[in-house]
Amino acid sequence: MNIEVRARDHGQNTRLDIVDCDFHPKLTIEQMRPFLSNQWWNYIQTYGNRSRHGYSKGYAYPKMTPQAARRDAWPPGGGLPASDLDFVKQQHLDFYGISAAIMNPLSPTGQGDMNVELSVAMATAANEAQLANWTGRDPRLKSSVVVPYEDGVASAAEVRKRAGNKDFAQVFMLSRTGEAAGRKRYWPIYEAAVEAGLPVGIHAFGYSGWPMTSSGYPSFYIEEMTEHATSAQVMVTSMIMEGIFERLPELKVVLIECGFGWLPALGWRLDKQWKRLKDEVPHLKMAPSEYIKKHFWVTTQPMEETENPDHLIEVMNWIGMDRIMFSSDYPHWDFDDPFVSLPPTLTDEQRRKIYSGNARALYRLD
Amino acid sequence: MPKKHVVATVADIPPGGRKLVTADGRAIVVFNLAGEFFALSNRCPHRGGSLCDGNLTGLVLSDDPGHYNYIRRGEIIRCPWHSWEFDIRTGKSWCDPDKVKARRFGVSVEKGAKLVEGPYVAETFRVSVENDYVVVEA
Amino acid sequence: MTNMTEHGAIDCDVHPGVPDVAALLPHLETFWRDQAVDRGLNSLDSNAYPLKSPLTSRPEWRGKNGLPAASAKEVGGQVFGRWQAGFAILNCLYGVQLLFSEDMAAAFCRALNDYIAREWLDRDPRMRASIVIPMQNTEYAVDEIERCAKDKRFVQVLVLAMQEVPLGRRHFWKIYAACERHGLPLGIHAGSSYRNPVTALGWPTWYIEDYAAQAPGFQSQVASLITEGVLAKHPGLKVVLIESGVTWLPGFLWRFGKFWRGLRTEVPWVDRAPWEIVRDHFRLTIQPFDAPDDPHAVERAIEHLRSDDILLYASDYPHWQFDGDAVVPAGFSPALRKKIAIDNPLATYVRLKEDAR
Repeated sequence: MNIEVRARDHGQNTRLDIVDCDFHPKLTIEQMRPFLSNQWWNYIQTYGNRSRHGYSKGYAYPKMTPQAARRDAWPPGGGLPASDLDFVKQQHLDFYGISAAIMNPLSPTGQGDMNVELSVAMATAANEAQLANWTGRDPRLKSSVVVPYEDGVASAAEVRKRAGNKDFAQVFMLSRTGEAAGRKRYWPIYEAAVEAGLPVGIHAFGYSGWPMTSSGYPSFYIEEMTEHATSAQVMVTSMIMEGIFERLPELKVVLIECGFGWLPALGWRLDKQWKRLKDEVPHLKMAPSEYIKKHFWVTTQPMEETENPDHLIEVMNWIGMDRIMFSSDYPHWDFDDPFVSLPPTLTDEQRRKIYSGNARALYRLD
Repeated sequence: MPKKHVVATVADIPPGGRKLVTADGRAIVVFNLAGEFFALSNRCPHRGGSLCDGNLTGLVLSDDPGHYNYIRRGEIIRCPWHSWEFDIRTGKSWCDPDKVKARRFGVSVEKGAKLVEGPYVAETFRVSVENDYVVVEA
Repeated sequence: MTNMTEHGAIDCDVHPGVPDVAALLPHLETFWRDQAVDRGLNSLDSNAYPLKSPLTSRPEWRGKNGLPAASAKEVGGQVFGRWQAGFAILNCLYGVQLLFSEDMAAAFCRALNDYIAREWLDRDPRMRASIVIPMQNTEYAVDEIERCAKDKRFVQVLVLAMQEVPLGRRHFWKIYAACERHGLPLGIHAGSSYRNPVTALGWPTWYIEDYAAQAPGFQSQVASLITEGVLAKHPGLKVVLIESGVTWLPGFLWRFGKFWRGLRTEVPWVDRAPWEIVRDHFRLTIQPFDAPDDPHAVERAIEHLRSDDILLYASDYPHWQFDGDAVVPAGFSPALRKKIAIDNPLATYVRLKEDAR
């Protein structure tokens, strides 16, 4: 276990304030039970969750590790990785001295289920379960408002229900939505989020129901991993081109676990094409890259691994050091350890911003 | 100049097994591959994961897409974090054998006295014919 | 002063206009010619390039009918006359590859390639072309490669960036073997066969989203070709990414390489980092070059590619990617401009060096 054997790194600042912008608590269906009707509880027992792929359990593409988790994240007392808050504290929150963690629950939340009615029921239960079992037990944790995003109206209602509750840091969606995220059917979600003063965190994953690439389904898990970045590019493009940021100038979007190395090039591409095709989208009042700079944040994990470390710093500067927020992705296998994952050449000020300053400002944690 | 550290008895680490030990303040994982002992620094050279928590696997090579040449089962340790593969015998990583290696330590098996409770120390000990100690140079 | 073209350059992406199906009729076998006429099949224009869209053609390059220039003379006037290219590689995007019927697609590909040979290559000895193949049926595709490869003026095989299944899949491998055999690079060009929505998130609203989505489309194909082992199996194959935008590549390779290091066991025939495979096997045409109009930014973007061999000079005529004569953006060094204009294309398109007849 890393608890017993981790050696401290050179130059580690033990007083570093770390906000983890991507922690995945493992909710259990038992934790959600009190907040589900008998009808929906029975439905789940009988028919279960059905994602827009073939398997009733598990994933479309088998992961490389069970539950896609770090192999050392299984709690000694039993249960799935990140299901045991005490072990999470021991191995992660206390171990790294994390002062706040934004929770992004992935399952079972019902998001993207074929049965949108089930998604609606499970979303509200997942939000109650976060409060009761997680944020209620550790003040460092912040919940995210899980929304049944394929039903924009029901999602807006769920957001309004949670508005004003400081335990919730953001509205939470997945990146592979049934239509691209800028489409009008999702606008009620963004309106409610802005009304509530909450950013919208969009996390890689989900199953849109469309093939995972514009050329059909790839064969390998490693391709699914690269595809999260490509679908994020599509998502960002859509949000800009559909004009949601003109409609909601206060809307803030966090791209969680999508990577960030691709973002500057996307901005350049969109600017170039917008220059030529401006007449198609007169509702855009400024260059696409300006919308990116104004409305998007990115989390660091999975941290890019470049051949030349200077190139990574360049890309981070192009995005803006005030838009980048540290995330660990605990308990997943591609986890980023806060002590070793950031480039060593960052200045103290950049480090402060990325580890906590940017997140504290965006999520209003202070 | 590496020193010898007694870290375990042979019985502690059966074939296919492993043990996390400390020698000279360093965390080291010792493996037993069919009676041969190997020791690697526990800290993954990629991002510091704890190798002793990883899974043992074989080595899969291929010179033709669709063909999986799976050999040396149990001789590769994968980091529990990012799944990097390390050859227990050499410490070399499979994705970048020239540049990335898990630090190796010399391992030998020496005859020694019966084990007593408490921390192992690399000091002189009585010799008996009943038990073997695993000694790590670090 | 905007950057110039390179005298004697090999322009690796020029688009011959096809006014309508009538232009292909003389080249179709009788049965298919009658089918086209009887069934009112007049147009195979693709949604990838709406005819009147500003991107599809710069205004001054349109004919009197408002359509992109459709004669070797007009196109040559710009590419060879004004821009002084030495050779041009014609990539015909007329939508024959979108047809669903394998047999019809094969017939129309044959007609299109013959049309290119007769109406373009025969009319200007500086013109070269890509073989348009029916991906609907691998055997037909290989047949068409074998047929057209006899004419040394065909220097590449052309497929669209968005297919029915990813390009790396094994049932396409006979095509890549044929490419390798004949020294024909696999040219992947922006555009879609529209078998799937142009994004993983369905059909976008605006055309600009479709065009922007080409860059992610290329990323998926590079991932597929490498992970499926196409380059491992065909070490002599070169792949050209045409009209992709270029600057998406480094960010993509960082992520791909990072995950390969941990996930190698899933694809054990990928025995070196993806960025090495790309630098050895993939080439990219320079237009559009997705970067700000800032020589410094362009220079940095080029630096991130980590290879002087990887870029190919191309105007993407008549697509309106730049103004004036700025085929090569400011920010390319003079030495690199020369290299991408002559050396890199000659190294990629080996058939250019052969006698055309």
